[in-house]
Amino acid sequence: MLFPAPNLSGSANPNRVVITGVGIFTALGSGWQINAAGFRTGRTAFRPVTLFDVSRQRSKIAAEADMPAGFPATKLSPNGVRRLGRASRMLLHAAHEAWSQAGWNADENLPVVLGTTSGEMSLGEEYLQHAVRFPRAKKQQPTRIVHYQIQQQALDLFNAFGFDGPITLVSNACASGANAIGHAFEILRSGRAEKVMTGGYDALCQLTFAGFDSLQALSPAPCRPFDAARDGLTLGEGAAVLTLETLAHATKRNVAILGEITGYGAATDTHHLTQPHPEGNAALAAMTAACACAGVSPEQIDYLNAHGTATLQNDATETAALNRWAGRHAGNLRVSSTKSGIGHLLGGAGAVEAVVCLMALRGQWLPPQISLEKIDPACRFQIVNKPVDAKVEMALSNSFGFGGANASLIFRRWS
Amino acid sequence: MSRVFVHGLGAVSPAGWGVAVMRDAMEKNVPLPVQPLARPGWENPLFVRSVPPPPERPAFFAHPRLRRANVITQFTVAAALEALGETASLVQGGRVRLGIIVCVMAGSMNYSRRFYEEVLNDPATASPLMFPETVFNAPASHLAAFLASNAICYTLVGDDGTYLQGIALAAGWLADGKVDVCLVIGAEETDWTVADAMKRFRPDAPHGAGAGAILLKKDSASDAIAELALITDSFPFTHSQTRVAAARNMRAQFPPGPKEELLCSSVRQMPHLDEAENLAWSDWNGVRMSSRAILGQAFQAATAWQCVIACDVIRQDKFAGVNVSVIGANQQAMGARFVKPAFRSNT
Repeated sequence: MLFPAPNLSGSANPNRVVITGVGIFTALGSGWQINAAGFRTGRTAFRPVTLFDVSRQRSKIAAEADMPAGFPATKLSPNGVRRLGRASRMLLHAAHEAWSQAGWNADENLPVVLGTTSGEMSLGEEYLQHAVRFPRAKKQQPTRIVHYQIQQQALDLFNAFGFDGPITLVSNACASGANAIGHAFEILRSGRAEKVMTGGYDALCQLTFAGFDSLQALSPAPCRPFDAARDGLTLGEGAAVLTLETLAHATKRNVAILGEITGYGAATDTHHLTQPHPEGNAALAAMTAACACAGVSPEQIDYLNAHGTATLQNDATETAALNRWAGRHAGNLRVSSTKSGIGHLLGGAGAVEAVVCLMALRGQWLPPQISLEKIDPACRFQIVNKPVDAKVEMALSNSFGFGGANASLIFRRWS
Repeated sequence: MSRVFVHGLGAVSPAGWGVAVMRDAMEKNVPLPVQPLARPGWENPLFVRSVPPPPERPAFFAHPRLRRANVITQFTVAAALEALGETASLVQGGRVRLGIIVCVMAGSMNYSRRFYEEVLNDPATASPLMFPETVFNAPASHLAAFLASNAICYTLVGDDGTYLQGIALAAGWLADGKVDVCLVIGAEETDWTVADAMKRFRPDAPHGAGAGAILLKKDSASDAIAELALITDSFPFTHSQTRVAAARNMRAQFPPGPKEELLCSSVRQMPHLDEAENLAWSDWNGVRMSSRAILGQAFQAATAWQCVIACDVIRQDKFAGVNVSVIGANQQAMGARFVKPAFRSNT
């Protein structure tokens, strides 16, 4: 029953929420190991776009991923696998890694909370192209309709691993992945479930690429977040999936714990559909709420993974918000935007960047942005611009999106 | 867990703008007429149940964020403002924290299709004004901006049943004290792409458009229209759970209920589509009503209308309890139950 909601913990106190499985797929590669190696050294994964024609676009590059030749063993039939689109494949690669690590069983009532902006949009594009060019043709159109829809990607997860439960698909633009993890965290914290699969994903598609290009938000060169000469974002694609459990549930299973989520905050910026308020009020509100939820203050955050898209407005706003939030401690705050390596993953960004925070917490290093040339003088905080080992106990990840969606997550090292 | 009450209703539907005209259409119990919609490449048009123009231009159309907003946003804002009533000014004045949950399945298809057509024609000249309106959360964002609401705001995507998940999410936000009141809106708009897709799967079910909204508060029975009694689990359609099984499992979570109650179902009066739901409720002895057969198949908006109608008949003291049953297009079976608030006596 979703309402009245159960309190499975039987306690009036909030549950602690831990991470027991992680899967990641980006243009750096598939899996924790290759991605951790890439983020630790600041490797970049930008290249010319090959998925669709960009000859008439201002930008011609993206962090386009190579799809592995093989596909993980799942309960999907060969035909089921064949029908999967690019976004679904990336999601399932990440989910398989997380599922295997968590050691969860099939046939359970398991909530799934995912964030995405576009789902399998490339199939929607194919549908429209065929509907216009061959209006009477029927072949493959029903398949495109079904698999284009976001809920189908979640159902694919169920069918791949043999479980079911409520599906919540959050589409809050580029904050979707962070909002999804935040919502999953709240489900567990309040005792409404004992475990949740969550994450975010998005694949490159022509509509979105052309959309950001039309707004002149794309840089012709690899993006340079927080650089004084930044001139726009670079798109990427990928997915990340996390298996979350209450601490009590994970302890009962005697499973390895990778980290803890301690805080989540969300706020809405009503300034403009695509432009944030210049003073970063909603970003500040989201970070403040996340800290209040976690019971920590800004000076306790050892690393901050910024939204840092490298557009003039986003970075200026986030800088203003970070300066205000950290206050006199700003000079000690270490910040980087890993979009400098893998681009902006839109609905996948918040989830992938959550995993980057976990990598930093587990590996005790900070992910650098090597491309930084001259830091924007408005930044009163440090930008991590070279690989460095560091003591990291707590990390905060920011995600902001069109429509004013702002979300912050706080992670704690598990020791 | 806190008790949750419905304090406002709003609707835009093929019957017109407002709950009253939708109520009239339901009382007449005659399917609303369909309108032709040109489909490029076909001589014969598609047929849809579209929303008629408003009797007079709503004042909110003049708001800077709404002048060029997509149609689904206009429906969303109209339904939301009707449900909010006088609470809107409290939100705008910063005296009430409003949560906003907008639920869509197809979303802003008209601007999405038009923008992508421009991209196919020449991406270098595609409109930067149109692209942001294609994003799923544009309606929620515009509504938050109109109300100057900085509190939490989500857009949920999924099939028809997702609207009921939105209500459960709102109940959670209220219970956790994240917001004082919460709007849950289901909205869809018509476009030939959606109507064309619908025709391939459900040729006898014309696509509809509009929005429905309910305003929820916790622990506040005074002046409430109805009380939320339950939201079932979500029963997804998977390889291990057929539509029939999902519908049956959803039905099993409802209490037996007296004969005098109402079942507001999602059946379309088309046996081949309604089989799972009819089987699940074959033991129902009470009154039945189906809004989709009258108003059209509008995914999340249609589920929102079901909930609005359920609460509206409780408000009118026609029924003390209403079960809402939703067998979604391709994701899940879900149900909800609304009852008369205990403080109100029969009239």
